[in-house]
Amino acid sequence: MLVTTALITGLGLGSMYGLLALGFHVTYSVSATVNFAQGSSMMLGAVFAYVFTVRLGLPLFASVLISLSLCAAYGALVELLAVRPFARRGSNAWLMATVALGIVADNTVLFTFGKEPRGFQMAWAQGGVDVAGVHVSYLQIVIPAVGLLFAFLLSFFSNKTRQGKAMLAVVQNPEAARLMGINVPVVICGAYALSTAFAGAGGILIAPLFNVNADMGTVFGLKAFAVAILGGIGSAWGVMLAGLLFGVVEALITSFLGSTYTQILTFALVIVALALKPNGLFGKAEVKKV
Amino acid sequence: MFKRIVFLVVGILAAFPAFSQETIKIGLVTALSGQSAAAGEAITRGLQIAIDELNTAGGVLGRKFELVRRDDEATPAKGVLAARELVFKEKVTVLFGGLDTPVSVAIVPIMNEAKVPFMGPWAAGTPITKNGANPNFVFRVSAVDEIVDKAMLQYAQKNFNTKKPGMILINNPWGQSNEAGLKAALGAKGITAAGIEKFEGSDVDVVPQLTRLKAAGADTLFLVGNVGPSAQVVKSLDRMGWKVPIVSHWGPAGGRFTELAGPSAPSVHFVQTYSFFGNQRPVGTKVLKMLMAKYPDIKSAGDVTAAVGVANAYDAMHLVALAIKSAGSTDGEKLREGFYKIGSYDGLIKSYKSPFTPDNHDAINENDYVWTQFINNEILPVGMKK
Repeated sequence: MLVTTALITGLGLGSMYGLLALGFHVTYSVSATVNFAQGSSMMLGAVFAYVFTVRLGLPLFASVLISLSLCAAYGALVELLAVRPFARRGSNAWLMATVALGIVADNTVLFTFGKEPRGFQMAWAQGGVDVAGVHVSYLQIVIPAVGLLFAFLLSFFSNKTRQGKAMLAVVQNPEAARLMGINVPVVICGAYALSTAFAGAGGILIAPLFNVNADMGTVFGLKAFAVAILGGIGSAWGVMLAGLLFGVVEALITSFLGSTYTQILTFALVIVALALKPNGLFGKAEVKKV
Repeated sequence: MFKRIVFLVVGILAAFPAFSQETIKIGLVTALSGQSAAAGEAITRGLQIAIDELNTAGGVLGRKFELVRRDDEATPAKGVLAARELVFKEKVTVLFGGLDTPVSVAIVPIMNEAKVPFMGPWAAGTPITKNGANPNFVFRVSAVDEIVDKAMLQYAQKNFNTKKPGMILINNPWGQSNEAGLKAALGAKGITAAGIEKFEGSDVDVVPQLTRLKAAGADTLFLVGNVGPSAQVVKSLDRMGWKVPIVSHWGPAGGRFTELAGPSAPSVHFVQTYSFFGNQRPVGTKVLKMLMAKYPDIKSAGDVTAAVGVANAYDAMHLVALAIKSAGSTDGEKLREGFYKIGSYDGLIKSYKSPFTPDNHDAINENDYVWTQFINNEILPVGMKK
């Protein structure tokens, strides 16, 4: 019973971390930069969907489409305002600039959306099925399914398609990629839009299980970054699997040792894993050919 | 010409006593944004209603009251900064605290050092008033964890025949304070807890912790957490399909619990110091009328969200005014003594008689608690409406 419960909880939460961490993977793969405020992007997805569905009364499907488009637009804005100006000059200030932009987003939502957490119920997400005597809500099945689907699509796109390979070429040698006809700025900007849309999808999926509020993404963003590094940020499957592993380990520790030890042991294990495999569990050592 | 103008200005000022006397500044450091914002607004409303009433009656010592608020964002560091500003720059006579025990605990040493009275209208952490300082400048008109914990056990035993309770507590100083209080309450009755589990405010799924408690044979849950986290516990119980009595501290009262927790929200029975529902004494009827007149969003008792914040702050402000009157001064040290000299006051929560003594800085005790539940969006005494 304890194991089944822990596995179900862990896989649901883990795929959430993985989904967010995929966003780190996408931008890192094409530009060697990331949006450190990925948690804010997740929050935006949930807030947009809540506003369009609950306050404006749009059908859920339309709300999700509009919300993800707005998240993508926000991602492009992050790249234009907080990454490009610094990365272009070889500065690492984008680290701080993305965090700052996330704080701006969180506070803008706080003062426009409202201060209170709001409940976002979706009728279809209320039900569930019984697995081995444990009740599993539909969302706990949908979230891992969406996460794995995104990981598969990303992996397929970057390894099997011409456009995907072109995107990966950008990070290896931007100048050569430009000479080969690849529009480098557009590719990087697109990667940020995709990354933020992933996070937004995560936010929409988690909202019915949690609630919608301006700082809902902070802890998720932090754990997702740990997951991205743990999995090996260059591998889509690695990141997703690390997310699932992180979630399951977290839930197993809580179930068997008690919640007092969850954070201590989970993050200690991350350090041990990285000490043993510095490039992440599923990552490869970067080889720079000169 | 210049002399004429000076005489004119002095003459005009003398004609208006309000200008000739400085106001008595009452500071408030509470969450005005974030998850606890509704609680901050409730405290503000309670204080403002009392201040309006006192000012209409002419104020105290010939001076009127003025409320100065700062947002602590439920963060101790920001609360400390705001408290310093209000005490040392704004020179407030009394500082009121907010909902969050960690913030109040961080502010307490500053107030004892500055010798300015600190009044708690909400945060229930035991160490806020029992802080070990001598002299102690901290007073409270609110529930106290160690007393609430005894009351929770008493209520559970009486209503659910509880023999083996499990604790599910938020992982912060408020949770710790209640863990100690609940252990002591259980120990005093020779009961052992089935288990003690902690959870984070950001936890989406509390099923693993609850599964441990269920496996350990818990027959009742003692819940301590603010509105959002408490709702996560209820939703997790729903997912597990575990129907178990839940006796809670007052966290659910701080926001839209029914919206967040879903259809099982009424299963949580939680403590309050006041309810605007049911038979009201004349003070209750008067305060509700004043609230409806001042705040257009309040059309009935059900719209007074976080009634405890309003009620505690209202009574606390009147007690502060009585303390200033008794002390005959706004000097911090004299005012501290003034709190001990308050005789009787017919307040909203109860009729107070010598509410503060050198050994007791808490004006509310277990006899003043009301047990409530959310029915739709209203906090009603348990069993009043199904």
